Amino acid sequence: MKNNKTKKQEAKQYEAYVKEFTPKPKVLVNGVKAFITGGLICAAAYAVQTWLIRTMNLGEDAAKTWVTVLLICTAQLLTGLGWFDTLAKFCGAGCIVPITGFANSMVSPAIEYKAEGPVLGVGAKLFSVAGPVLVCGITASVVAGLIQWCMR
Amino acid sequence: MNHQRGKQSIVFSNRPYVVGAAAVVGVKEGQGPQRKWFDFILEDDIFGEKTWEKAEGKMLKKAIDLALGDGRVPEKQVDLLLGGDLINQLMIANYAARDLQIPFLGLYGACSTMTESLIMGSVFIDGGYASNAVCAASSHYCTAERQFRMPLEHGNQRPPSAQWTATASGSMVLSGRRSPGRNIRISAATIGRVVDPGIKDVNQMGAAMAPAAVDTLLTHFRDMDRTPSDYDVILSGDLGNIGKNILIDMMEKQGCPVTEQYNDCGALMYTDSQDVHSGGSGCGCSASIFSGRVIKEMRQGTLRRALIMSTGALLSTISSGQGESIPGIAHAVVLEAEGGE
Repeated sequence: MKNNKTKKQEAKQYEAYVKEFTPKPKVLVNGVKAFITGGLICAAAYAVQTWLIRTMNLGEDAAKTWVTVLLICTAQLLTGLGWFDTLAKFCGAGCIVPITGFANSMVSPAIEYKAEGPVLGVGAKLFSVAGPVLVCGITASVVAGLIQWCMR
Repeated sequence: MNHQRGKQSIVFSNRPYVVGAAAVVGVKEGQGPQRKWFDFILEDDIFGEKTWEKAEGKMLKKAIDLALGDGRVPEKQVDLLLGGDLINQLMIANYAARDLQIPFLGLYGACSTMTESLIMGSVFIDGGYASNAVCAASSHYCTAERQFRMPLEHGNQRPPSAQWTATASGSMVLSGRRSPGRNIRISAATIGRVVDPGIKDVNQMGAAMAPAAVDTLLTHFRDMDRTPSDYDVILSGDLGNIGKNILIDMMEKQGCPVTEQYNDCGALMYTDSQDVHSGGSGCGCSASIFSGRVIKEMRQGTLRRALIMSTGALLSTISSGQGESIPGIAHAVVLEAEGGE
């Protein structure tokens, strides 16, 4: 039996060897795509917000809430129609980082586990993707809040 | 008489006949370059069922029914059903077996299940413990994705090394008795060892399995005292484009180059334009190409002797969640065409 150290070294060597055969992800192209599509989503959201404030005479806070709701609803609809994953394949972080990604991560397991019933299927799996993000995000915000409070 | 060759290989003195075979594939696979070799292509991957799992079960049963029809073996005369899939506790194969009412042994070898079942079936028939046996394996993109990865509609980008689980089922009917026409027989097999090169990335399955495939190939040639040129074709299961190139490179470094006759079902299943990155994977990938293309080519006489080797990545959602590396395995089976010359 080989000891753990040599095993780990061998695994590392093999990993480096495998890398020679693996095509590199197109980081630059993907980055540019994400930048442009993400920017477009945000610009569109901003345009809607401006329209709500100017034409519909909404307050800024109310307009922001409506825009958020609109983004979430659009992402949910696109997920339900089966278009979001195709879109995300092209846009990458461009449509995952805005709140649209969050909406998608809630709806996609909901659709997936419909067959297992409304409670133990959808209910249990609804947060299977978004849950860990929420837990870590909220924890991080508490820590950040504590730091800010200490610095006062 | 001793049927063992070396430690891992066996030869069959009665050499079981492959009397029937069939491959059923999904929409995407049916649009791929192997289209003409498949017996049935689904119009819709849900196959008229309510859940993906039921659809896969129906697909597996369809492949078995078609193979029985192809071999003209009535269901009642089948003594044994051997097979498996990727879904927890072999859900798919269990449901297909429930519908078929043939004595059933479920097998799990991850994506290596097709040759695993062929080896088991051959042993039963060679030893006289069964007259007719069905060997089958299945995978479905939609059932595997939800179990091993993310929900289908979840928006994410797959890395270049990722492989696409093939929606496909393959089935072969083995028999102790010959059938009319050209005969295909199983003459030998090599049972693989588990080899774990330490890969932890679930998107590097081909690389995780390649060393196991190399190990089985080298052992096979040593045990059987053969070289790659003794075969018209050597086909691995689902190493994909990356794993295939690793295998070619490793075999060359071992002084046993296989370039001429070697290919991989995962690399054959799709074209680049189908956007599957490193190729196909899943039990059905090798099962459908072996049962579809290889058997038909042997019947047509373009192949005389084939070495088929399904490859499996023995991971689970628990093992990858706990950060464990992926053990690989590969089993090889020798198919020989007889007569017609």
